[in-house]
Amino acid sequence: MNILSVKNLVKSFRDVIAVDHISFDVPEGICLGLLGPNGAGKTTTIEMLEGLVKPSSGEILYFGELAATDVSQHVGIQFQHTSLPDHMTVKETLKLFASFYTESVDLDELIKLCALEDFANRDARRLSGGQRQRLLLALALVNDPRVVFLDEPTTGLDPQARRNFWDLVQKIKAKGKTVLLTTHYMDEAQYLCDELLIIDKGKVVETGSPDTILSRHFDGVLIQLPKDSITDVSHKLDELTKNYSETGSKFEILTSEVDATLSELMRLGIPLQGLQVRAPTLEDLFLKLTGHQLRA
Amino acid sequence: MFKRYFAVFTARNREFFRDRSSFIWNIFFPFLLLFLFAFIFGNSQDMFKVGVLGDEDAYLSKPQIFELRHIQFIPYEDQDSAVKKLQQHQIDMLLQLDKRVYWVNRSSPKGYMTEQLLMSKDSEYQRREVDGRAVRYIDFVLPGILGMNIMFSCLFGVGYIIVRYRKNGVLKRLKATPLNAVEFLSAHISSRLIIVVCVMFILFFGAHWIFDTLMFGSYLSFFAVLILGAMTMISMSLLIACRTRSEELTGGLLNVASWPMMALSGVWFSLEGAPEALQTFAYMLPLTHIVEASRAISIEGATFFSQADHLIFLTVMLVLFSGIGAWLFSWDSDHR
Repeated sequence: MNILSVKNLVKSFRDVIAVDHISFDVPEGICLGLLGPNGAGKTTTIEMLEGLVKPSSGEILYFGELAATDVSQHVGIQFQHTSLPDHMTVKETLKLFASFYTESVDLDELIKLCALEDFANRDARRLSGGQRQRLLLALALVNDPRVVFLDEPTTGLDPQARRNFWDLVQKIKAKGKTVLLTTHYMDEAQYLCDELLIIDKGKVVETGSPDTILSRHFDGVLIQLPKDSITDVSHKLDELTKNYSETGSKFEILTSEVDATLSELMRLGIPLQGLQVRAPTLEDLFLKLTGHQLRA
Repeated sequence: MFKRYFAVFTARNREFFRDRSSFIWNIFFPFLLLFLFAFIFGNSQDMFKVGVLGDEDAYLSKPQIFELRHIQFIPYEDQDSAVKKLQQHQIDMLLQLDKRVYWVNRSSPKGYMTEQLLMSKDSEYQRREVDGRAVRYIDFVLPGILGMNIMFSCLFGVGYIIVRYRKNGVLKRLKATPLNAVEFLSAHISSRLIIVVCVMFILFFGAHWIFDTLMFGSYLSFFAVLILGAMTMISMSLLIACRTRSEELTGGLLNVASWPMMALSGVWFSLEGAPEALQTFAYMLPLTHIVEASRAISIEGATFFSQADHLIFLTVMLVLFSGIGAWLFSWDSDHR
């Protein structure tokens, strides 16, 4: 069953069309990743789904019905930038938000789930980045929502805190919640998301599971060669294949037959010092689809 | 609905009491002012003031006391109002030239001195006695300081917080919950109102205890005027904060609103005798009405309904400001 359906969603601000006829479905219990460069229309799309922004046209259906005002009872949101009321402890903040909903989860359990026990009575302004994100996630979960929106939840966190947060999201998924995640980290998307929706210039440019999308766009693996180990390389590479690109200090060759390509490279006399073979990632796909690097 | 309202209400109260610096400042500053004025104006002039009643002809055969220096003679038309001034120790003695009688306030030491002077010069004057406590500057200024404190507390305590919440995204976060604007705003308004009333009680009864300030009218009327005034100030603050997300702009607007009132609303000095244009302007400011009505009740013993013109003005402002403010209110003011 689709917990959320979006049909021909449009949002325009004066003469700018931020979201241009976007349609997609979200089956219950999955983690959907919304990817796209800055300014692609991700946040606007998400804010329309959250009921914060009114769509110019199009339909948003929750649980098969048109979004109504009480949708907020079943939705949990973690904003990217948000402040909390001053002078309140972690527990008081959770209590405050819990009171807004007709039903809420047991706060002690929530505190435990989000690993907030050690500073439940600390002023919320005195939390570290990772602790703060976990509190914001706890706030998003306080009403036991069926759909949880996470907007760039790990931006600015250290690798350890990110890993912790991912584990937390996995736990939430295990509870059967549907998660909508936006992120600029492709490893995060690959790790957490069952389905992806890549948006650019207000339109959906690709959709599917990470593996499906990758195999759709990349047939094979990438062979990387350091640029400075070869001279006049483009001439030689042109002989070999058309399927190469330059990124930073490297040449990248996409191939489905590694052995053949490697022996061909040797035949052309290209030194293989510093050569690397790796599988294409979402980041490669992103570059290919949107033409510009994601900013973290 | 009530649960959500009450949660925000409690949270806001907590925020106020935990913000130690502003909490202490809210109570400490007005007391500081009162002490300052009690000190400055406590014993200022030592000249005697004598009120004089009588036809113009009566001045032709002035009593000899008029020849003494360091006595200010103030003519009055109306005996009742002159006697009232005497009762409040604003004059030390009152003379009726035609009938050759004088009134003196039994509890006034300066009245005793002027009486001795009169007797030594014009012993044929007949004695009349009144009683009444002195109205000191501190009695006069207390309603002004209460009004000013209410004004600052309401203007900055509601509008500024809302703009800050809007700017840093707290309002947006709250909008994403089932909490609605009416619940949110009414919680903030009532939290501030309760705080203002508590501070008002502390100030009023504190001053009463330390300086033995006067209250000729009813306490209920006095506090009712101040509470109505607080509500008007809060609605003004809401109007200022209804859309903007700039703290600087809001701070500026709040200062533009509050400083003219601080200077011109008769907090420190009576508006009687001020230029006409200034008075006209002052009567457009809500604080003027709060101060005049509460002052009339406390030091003149006026009734609540005798202050109807002030009260009607405040009520009209309250309805107007809160109506427009609620209509224009926006959570995040991105005009989406």
